[in-house]
Formats: sequence, C-alpha cells, structure tokens
Amino acid sequence: MIYHWDWSVPISAPYLGWLMSGLAWTLLVAGAAWVLAFIVGVGIGILRTLPNRAARRFGALYVTIFRSIPLLLQLFLWYFVVPELLPASAAHWIKRDLPLPEYWTSVIGLGLFTAARIAEQIRAGIEAVGRGQSMAAAASGLTLLQSYRYVVLPVAARYVLPPLTSEFLNVIKNSSLALTIGLLELTGQSRQIEGETFHGIEAFTAATLIYVVLTLAAIAAMRALERVVAIPGVMARV
Amino acid sequence: MTIPLRLDSRNFVRDELDLVLRPVVIAIDHVSKKFGDLDVLKQCSMTVLKGEVVVVCGPSGSGKSTLLKCVNGLEGFQAGTITVAGTSVGERRTDLTKLRSQIGMVFQHFELYPHLTVLQNITLAPIQVLGRTKSAAFDKAMSLLRRVGLADKADCHPGQLSGGQQQRAAIARALAMDPIAMLFDEPTSALDPETISEVLDVMTGLARDGMTMMVVTHEMGFARHVANRVVFMDGGCILEEAAAEAFFAQPSTERARSFLSKILRQQ
Amino acid sequence: MGGIDADLIAAVAPFLWDGLCTSLELLVLAMAGGISLGAILAVIRIAGPKPLAALAATYVNGLRSIPLIMVILWFYLLMPLATGRPIGAFTSALVAFTIFEAAYYSEIIRAGIQSISKQQLAAATASGLSPLQAYRFVVLPQAFRNMTPILLSQSIALFQDTSLVYVVGLRDFMTAVSVTANREGHLVAFYLFAALVYFVLCSTGAQSVQLLKKSMVSQ
Ligand SMILES: Nc1ncnc2c1ncn2[C@@H]1O[C@H](COP(=O)(O)OP(=O)(O)O)[C@@H](O)[C@H]1O
Ligand SMILES: [Mg+2]
Repeated sequence: MIYHWDWSVPISAPYLGWLMSGLAWTLLVAGAAWVLAFIVGVGIGILRTLPNRAARRFGALYVTIFRSIPLLLQLFLWYFVVPELLPASAAHWIKRDLPLPEYWTSVIGLGLFTAARIAEQIRAGIEAVGRGQSMAAAASGLTLLQSYRYVVLPVAARYVLPPLTSEFLNVIKNSSLALTIGLLELTGQSRQIEGETFHGIEAFTAATLIYVVLTLAAIAAMRALERVVAIPGVMARV
Repeated sequence: MTIPLRLDSRNFVRDELDLVLRPVVIAIDHVSKKFGDLDVLKQCSMTVLKGEVVVVCGPSGSGKSTLLKCVNGLEGFQAGTITVAGTSVGERRTDLTKLRSQIGMVFQHFELYPHLTVLQNITLAPIQVLGRTKSAAFDKAMSLLRRVGLADKADCHPGQLSGGQQQRAAIARALAMDPIAMLFDEPTSALDPETISEVLDVMTGLARDGMTMMVVTHEMGFARHVANRVVFMDGGCILEEAAAEAFFAQPSTERARSFLSKILRQQ
Repeated sequence: MGGIDADLIAAVAPFLWDGLCTSLELLVLAMAGGISLGAILAVIRIAGPKPLAALAATYVNGLRSIPLIMVILWFYLLMPLATGRPIGAFTSALVAFTIFEAAYYSEIIRAGIQSISKQQLAAATASGLSPLQAYRFVVLPQAFRNMTPILLSQSIALFQDTSLVYVVGLRDFMTAVSVTANREGHLVAFYLFAALVYFVLCSTGAQSVQLLKKSMVSQ
C-alpha cells in the first residue's frame, strides 16, 4: 500500500478548526468532570475514613461500584439507561430540553467514575497522615470536624497532590471516551478528519501531539503547586 | 482506698497532711477493656491526686498506653469507671472534647502537626477550642516556648527541629490549654539518648510547679527522683501500686522485681 | 419489539458468550505480552545503558500521555499499512493493548524493584553474591512479591479497558452487548446485564487481590 503524505492537512482549513474545536471540547469535558470528580471524590474519600461504620460502608460501596464497571459502559448507562429509569417528567426533560446531552452525560459519567479513583487517593492520603495525628488533635479538645479541617486534611492534601496529578491526566485522556456517545472531542475530531481526507496519520499525529503537550503542561503546573505548598523540614518528593 | 504517704522527703519537701487532703484528679476504678477477644485491661484501679506525679511502667504490650488513652477517652472501655476532676469519662453524655481540652497529652512520637509552625501548633487548640484571641494565644505560647527553651524556634516547622526540641514543643502545646493534668506516653523513648535529658528536665520542672502528671515511662531515674508513686503493669493488670521509694527499695511482686532488674541493667 | 423471553436469551447467549471469550482472550494475551515487554522496559530503565534507558523512559512516558482509544485507532490504521495487507481488528487491538499496557506494567515493575532498599542489595553483595545473583536471589523475589497484587489490579483495569475495542468494531463482550441491545431494542436490559457481568467479574477479581495481599502480609 502506498500512503500519500500531506502534512498540511491538520494545519489547514477546515481541519485545523476541527482540531481546535476538538481540543476545546476535550478541555471542557475534562475540566467540568474534574470539578465534579474532585468534589464527590473528596467527600467519598473522607467518608471512608470516618469513625461511623455506615459512612465507611457507603463510601466503600460507591468505590466498588464505580471501579468495577468499564467507563465506556458507564457512559452508555448514563446516556441510554438512566433517562429510561427516571420518572417520566425528568426523562422527558433530559430527552427534549437538556442542552448538549452528550456533553453533560460525558461530564457526569467521567466525573463520577473519576470520583471513585480520587476517593481512593484521598483515603490513602488521610491514612498516611496517621492515627497519631488525629489522636493528638482529639486529645487537645478539637472536634472531629476541627481535626479534619485544621490537621488531617491540610497534611493529607500534600500527600495526594502527586497521585491527583495522574488522576487529572487520566481525566484528560479518558475524556476521549466521550466520542462513543457522539461528542466530537479531540480524538473524535481526528478520526473525523481521517474519514474525510484519508490522512489519518497526519490527523492522529496532530491529536497525539496535542495530548502530549496537555500532559506536559499539567505536570509542570502540578509540580509548581507542589513546590508552593511543600512543608519546610519535610522531605520533598524527588 | 489507701493513700500512700511519702515517709522520706529527700527530693521534695511535701507536707504529708497536705498530701492526704489533696483532691483526687484521676480516679480509675476497676476498668476492663477488650480489643476483640484480647483482654487488654483487667480490673485496673489507680488514682492520681492533685499535684502528684505517678509513673506507670511495665513490659511492652502490658496495656500502659491503652490505660492512658482511656483517661481522656481516646479509647473506650467496657467495664469500670474513670473520673477526671469529678467528670465520668465513660458516660455517654460526657462532653469528651471539653474533657480532653482540660487534659494535656504528650505522645511518644510527638505528633506535632507538620504543616504548622511550632507557634501555630501551640495556638491552634487555644484559639479553636477555648476561643482565645490570637494575641492572647500568641503571648501564652511565647511564654511557654521560653519556659521549654524554644523561644527562637517559634517560626520553625516541626520537621526542622531535633526530636528533643519537638517533644519540648509538644509539651508546650499541651500546656497551652492550661490543663488540670498531663498525660505522658513514653515521651522519651523515641529520642536520641543525648536529648532525653532536655525533655526530662522540662518534665521535672513541671512536677516542681505542682502539675498533676500520669507518666508512662521506662526512665527509672525520673521515676525514682520525681515520681510520688509508681504503678507497675503486666498483662493488662495493675500488679503493684507503691510509693516510689518503696517500689525501688523492694518491689513486692516477683514480676516487678525481674522487670526492674532488667530495665536497670539496660540503663 | 417483544419482551425478553427464553427464546431471545437462548438466541443471543452464544453471541454474548463469544464476545466475553474475545474479551478474556484479549486480556490474557495482552497481559502476557504487556508484562513481558514491561519487564524488559523496566530492566532497561534501571540497569540499561543511558541512551537506551532514556529511550525506554520516552516510550513509557509518551504512551502514558495519550488516551488508549487514540492508541487503538493508531494501530488499527497503521498495522495494515505496515504489513501491507488487511490484518483484522483483533490483532491490531492486541498489539495496541500490549504496547500500551507495557508502559503501565513497566512502571509497576520498576517501582517494585526500586522499593527493595539499596541495603538489601548491599547486604547480598556483601555476603559474596555477584550483583546478578543478588538480583536473582534477593531483590527480584521480594520485588515480585510486592508487585504481584498491583500487576493484578492493573490487569483488572486492562480487562475493563478491552471494552474500548468498541471503537474499531471488534466484537468483544461490550460490543456484542451493544450490537444485540440495538438490534433487539432492549437497551436498558442489556446494558444493565453487561454492567452486572462486569461488576461481578471485576469486584470478585479485586476482592481476590485484596485477599492475596492480606495473605502475603500475614506470611
Ligand atoms: N487498636 C488496637 N487494636 C487491637 N489491639 C490493640 C490495639 N492497641 C493496642 N492493642 C493491643 O493491646 C495490648 C496493649 O497495648 P498497649 O496499651 O499499647 O501496650 P503498652 O503501651 O504497654 O506497650 C497489646 O497487646 C496490643 O497489641
Ligand atoms: Mg505504649
């Protein structure tokens, strides 16, 4: 087979525009999903460390469910199944009036999936702080809430920064699954260009490079953040 | 309850009558505790009077830390009662956070908060729990830091201090709450030998100033010279409770005797 | 569209079962290939000559920065071009998974080896073992113990990832379910069924890994 190279494809109209639109959707899905994942994940992760047994059980159940089903299937469940199971009026609203259903489905699916992974990191971070610290906080009369607020969480936050960096990168990469429910993010657009022009290699190369740049930028940003919040006298991560 | 009298006042001049009349600060009465199937505490009873220093010793795993943690409710227990300044610790309606705010505790591994400066470590609970103003908490913290010899380290983070310095800071942190009693759980066993004495000196000073102290330690020098009484534990039981002099002169149980001879040989 | 009855189930069961077998086949082969290639990469990064180690690092970090779907699409596009003939979705997906997962496995293996302290190596060489023997008898057995649960967890993730061959139309379990669901018009029932299957398989797998971890600690 002979392949006709044309490296101008991904940087010429309209394909450059397609790629940029894809990049924008990737960032929009990943960004919103990250916010959702962070809020839910921190909540679930904290639940898993509380003295209350029911809270811990609930947290564990959430994590098990969301980590045992492939993300692709989770997206399909949110997109095809959940609207059918809702009361008629809600289902009607989702099907008829919800703007950008693919977008919001992707955000919710990816966000709640990632939340389970973040919860595990948060739990590990809190456990790494150690029982001694919460005991010391309790011994000085701090309530559970205060000991989390002033002692446990600020220290745990520093432990979880590196693993959260890789979860953030995962969200960017996993946002590519949105193409399976019809959202043309970066990967989807590059495949679109391939279908249109048969210059798949060039299109995929462009998309791949953009992912690499996104990754490097995210890593650099998190490293900078790690340096800012580093605790004096505590050995920094190499 | 028998209240032991110190017949010999080589170290402290104490008015024996005064000792008898002192109020009980910590009363542990037939306390038993299980971890699962394991009996960790069996029918333990002891008291600490106001201004008294009681050393708790015994082999590792004998339940000393657990007993100490029961006193401020960090561990629960299944039977018996513990009263601290008239408040029953095990009772459901007891406000444990309030009780804990009145009892200082010092841990083997210091447990200073690594992300806060020494000063912030000391002022956190006074501000958040007691509602003191920042400036009041600051002044108190600085005077305590001077007392433990760390005034120049106020703005350091714990990770920048030596073990002995960290433990002195932890003592200052506990004192900042104006506790009615102090609990120490092996405060020197994680320290390098050369920094042990700086911590013991601070504790001795506290004892001199009349602080009520329950101290788990293997520092027999401290026990002999500073403690009023010594409690010996083994296998979850309090086997012996005696005046410090009497304990060191002639332990009444064989197990305490062998423990003592082992530990003194090491030191 | 009719209800779900015994006839329908009997009619679609073989197709779904084939799909599940394809998924498992992909899992086992990609695991074997990925762990082997990953081990080689890890060894190169730890002990290989500098330029080679840098190359391996680039491979690992590069692959870890792009989405798996992208990699699957890449190989689906490239394999026929490279070999000059149509090659089928299964082979191209298998190669994609092997290449992709090797990057992740190699990081686990590398971390496992490096978690064994330098003192262990020093103690072993001090007792007269050659460096190679020290690795063979002291470092690697410990490292392997430490990393086995993590390699297995990663493989559970890999099993879930095999569902992504959906984008190249390979009939794995996920794709088979999707095809059937759309053909028979029972999206809700079939997708819930698929979720149940994945949930049972993956949560059982995860629990077994936990048990293994516990039994290794208690030993
Ligand atoms: N959280 C716990 N769960 C189960 N067993 C415990 C726990 N904490 C302590 N133990 C057990 O209780 C016993 C007493 O422990 P501890 O009070 O720490 O002893 P000591 O301080 O005298 O060394 C030991 O056998 C220990 O293993
Ligand atoms: Mg102890």
